[in-house]
Amino acid sequence: MRHARFRVAAAALLLAGGLAACGDAGSDDAEGVDVEVAENAADEFEDGTRMKELAEDGKLVIGVKYDQPGIGFKGATDDAPAGFDPEIGKILAADLGIAPENITWKETISDNREPFLESGEVDLVIASYSITDERRQVVGQAGPYYVTGQQLLVGSDSDIDSIEDVKGTEVCSVTGSTSLENIEAEGARPRGFDTYSECVDQVLNGTVDAMTTDGAILLGYAAENPDRLKVVVEPFSEERYGVGYSLDEPEMCQWIVDTLTEAQESGDWDTAFEATLGKSGVETPEPPAMDECPAA
Amino acid sequence: MDDLTSEFDLVLQAFWLTIQLAALSGVVSVLLGTVLAAMRVGPVAPLRVAAATYVNVVRNTPLLIVFVFVFVAFPNLGLLVGTPFLLKGVLAVSFYTAPFVAEAIRAGINAVPLGQAEAARAIGLTFGQTMGSVILPQAFRAVVPPLASVLIAMTKNTSIAAVFGIVEATARMRYFTNNSPDDTIVFLVFAAGYIIIVELLSVGAWGLERRWRVAR
Repeated sequence: MRHARFRVAAAALLLAGGLAACGDAGSDDAEGVDVEVAENAADEFEDGTRMKELAEDGKLVIGVKYDQPGIGFKGATDDAPAGFDPEIGKILAADLGIAPENITWKETISDNREPFLESGEVDLVIASYSITDERRQVVGQAGPYYVTGQQLLVGSDSDIDSIEDVKGTEVCSVTGSTSLENIEAEGARPRGFDTYSECVDQVLNGTVDAMTTDGAILLGYAAENPDRLKVVVEPFSEERYGVGYSLDEPEMCQWIVDTLTEAQESGDWDTAFEATLGKSGVETPEPPAMDECPAA
Repeated sequence: MDDLTSEFDLVLQAFWLTIQLAALSGVVSVLLGTVLAAMRVGPVAPLRVAAATYVNVVRNTPLLIVFVFVFVAFPNLGLLVGTPFLLKGVLAVSFYTAPFVAEAIRAGINAVPLGQAEAARAIGLTFGQTMGSVILPQAFRAVVPPLASVLIAMTKNTSIAAVFGIVEATARMRYFTNNSPDDTIVFLVFAAGYIIIVELLSVGAWGLERRWRVAR
């Protein structure tokens, strides 16, 4: 229902013309990480592990977002999604000896990430997937591979630069979201919209003063319009993005953590960031330290 | 449930906004609808065509699209940027509702016997006087039940504003369902709010109908 309406709204947006609903993030991207696909990867893994199976089959299904520029975005004419999350997926796949073009991408939305993992529809979920205790009850989450928090996206000439400045201003986000609640608590007038892209439009055309949600999402939109938008204020919440895997395959966790640690040390993590979210002009942050995996 | 009781003022504020949105839109759409109906039955051909076109185009446009135009497309073109959200909501809802009001009123006008208009013209009344003093007072009587339905539908239609920046009842309901483990109670409380508003409208319409009843 919600998403049916989103599509209607999106279609209407396009009809209305002159709209920036579909950015071009991704289509003109540089190559991103130049991954080195491991050879004979299957030999690296112990028998009976899920990694060995995947490496032998040469197939990996990864769930990513298709509608978040910079994080995971696939335009109507793109062959594969682009963004920081798909880059992380490519790094993981390469370790299994799977080239980027052999990865099967599947769109996941916030509501179907757990069901997709539980049913085995996807092998991994890398979709701005915040690690929470509730989620860790039902699925595995390795990471964090990226830490973000709620921030503000404002026009490049805006005076807002600390959280105190939002009092009395109009700030948009998605109706019913926690971000909107938090900003209301800070004294801003909340303006709920159905989608982030509608909300960005409101900032771009000057109707509202700012947009708020996870900084990573905001950076993605800022990267599309680096001259007109900027991300401001210290994050005032903490979201830790993890890689989702099925609890039936607990051995995946250590592999994910080891592979990503290696990528952080080799600089692949930095390259992935600079090719995607980094386009917004923000400095590449220190990669986060990852949680220990639960004992299998 | 705890949230609902401790933050009940938020519920009331949200319904107050729904009522403001509905009341202002109701007034604007009844005025605009009456003008449209008068244009459609009037003697000036270009006005008749204009009103008929407006009614047919807008009546065939989904309300969501009207909202997208008012809240997204126009501001992108630099229009309505500084307009308060409530006003934009009223604009969208009444722009959409006016054709329905116009058609209900036109049905009422058609129900007034032709002899009435002929008699008014025979004693020298202008078109404006004929409408204002003879036809519309009689038409409104016949129009009350269908007009009440249109206004009730309009009141519920204001909920679309929830995804266009206005924190009215439906938007506030989403805020509570986001936090509450038991959505059902939240839904029931907000449904009750809408039922109360709609019932007030129904009772008002019933009162008008009784007051204006023709003594036969």
